[in-house]
Amino acid sequence: MPKQLDKVFIDVEVDASVAADGALAAKLEEVCPVDIFKAAEGGVEVVEGNLDECVLCNLCVDAAPEGAVRVVKLYER
Amino acid sequence: MRFYEFEARKIVELAGIPVTEYGFCTTAEQARKAAETIGGPVVVKSQVLSGGRMKAGGVKFAETPDEAAEHAEAILKLEINGQMPRGVLVDPKAEVKQEYYAGVVWDGTAKRPLMLFSDIGGIDIEEVAEKHPDHVGRGHLSNLLPISDFEAKQTIAATGVTGSQLNRATQVLARLARLFRDNDMILAEINPLAELTDGSFVALDAHMEMENEAVGRQKALLRRQLEIAADDTREPYEPSAFERNVAAIDAADHRGVIQGRDHGFQGNLGLVIGAGGGSLTLTDAVRSQGGKPANYSEIGGNPSVAKACGLAKQVLEKDGVEKIAVMMSIVSNTRVDIVARGVIKACLELGRDPGEAIAIFRIPGAWEEEGFKILERYGVEYCDRSVSIWEAAGRAVAKIQGTPA
Repeated sequence: MPKQLDKVFIDVEVDASVAADGALAAKLEEVCPVDIFKAAEGGVEVVEGNLDECVLCNLCVDAAPEGAVRVVKLYER
Repeated sequence: MRFYEFEARKIVELAGIPVTEYGFCTTAEQARKAAETIGGPVVVKSQVLSGGRMKAGGVKFAETPDEAAEHAEAILKLEINGQMPRGVLVDPKAEVKQEYYAGVVWDGTAKRPLMLFSDIGGIDIEEVAEKHPDHVGRGHLSNLLPISDFEAKQTIAATGVTGSQLNRATQVLARLARLFRDNDMILAEINPLAELTDGSFVALDAHMEMENEAVGRQKALLRRQLEIAADDTREPYEPSAFERNVAAIDAADHRGVIQGRDHGFQGNLGLVIGAGGGSLTLTDAVRSQGGKPANYSEIGGNPSVAKACGLAKQVLEKDGVEKIAVMMSIVSNTRVDIVARGVIKACLELGRDPGEAIAIFRIPGAWEEEGFKILERYGVEYCDRSVSIWEAAGRAVAKIQGTPA
């Protein structure tokens, strides 16, 4: 069975100061077109299996307080 | 869409063209009853979507109903060119005075239907056209204007047929031409069209193919009159595991479109290709330069990374595939970076080095700069629109053959 790799190209970092914010979690879940964010009980949950589907729209970055969400292009590191 | 002979006969009958009394049967017992109803000698014919039935033993003559049942029993179990029969057709063994050919085909060059008629029937019309060109009459039809009998008559008269035969055959060819246009056929053929000893004309065998794109608007014929189920797609062969897997990946994700075919391909260069007719052009470009494609595919419409990855993995996992070429013909809205991520991910998940497994990546279009960054990071050779698809295909072929491009 071939393996499935996640987070090969894209990672998303959510600042610890907002990670438990339920309202922000719901907002991120709503704006992301490829379901990278999930509003979980503890706040923002990042769905690792969807990270590489990121279309670099930056809607999550715009929806969060400045600097709270960062989209990292792993291929630029 | 292709039709079985028993369906083609029904289409011909619906158009008012005389046919012999025939029976479509799915059991030996039904074949016996059909032969009893017909009375006299019959012919039992396998119903497969394939030629060469006679040679394969799928057509047998029977003098009695018992013999017809015996033949049906054997033919129903007989696989012909990889196909099991849908049933058998039991047909009277007609007393034929002369066999003719009547057909209408779509002339793609003239973009009009073309009537064909020959006074030599029962053999391939291509063979007649080659050996006896003066025995083949041709006549183009309008796509819009009503079809007149005189057009059919002119076509038949060109073969030297005269008198009552001309008049009777005219009715058949004109009706065949109308059914061709009314039912969006690309081929409507009666071969042989038989003149019986009493002077009447009947269709002894018919072959019909409908334009696939027209299936949606021909529901009245397909569903009600022929009772063909909506999921009966009449694929010419059973889909391979590769084709089924690619279709399943496509169906599981609404984003973008992927398709894959590998029937008849046994090469070592996998193709992940697409864009506005690009797949055909790219496949030709590979073959024309000595490459051996392992498959045909289409990718476009902005697929997800998972979908591009799924297609590339299926191609890479095919037996004999050494490398893949990822190419599109034109600048399109399909994101270069997304496809790049997909194909590289496929390599990584299969434990292959993308720089080695991907012979060439040539997709010009949206987000190409981002895509090129990813390709560079993984050491994949890529090119932009300044490199023609011919040249890109040539580089892929050279790489897999180990020769300088």
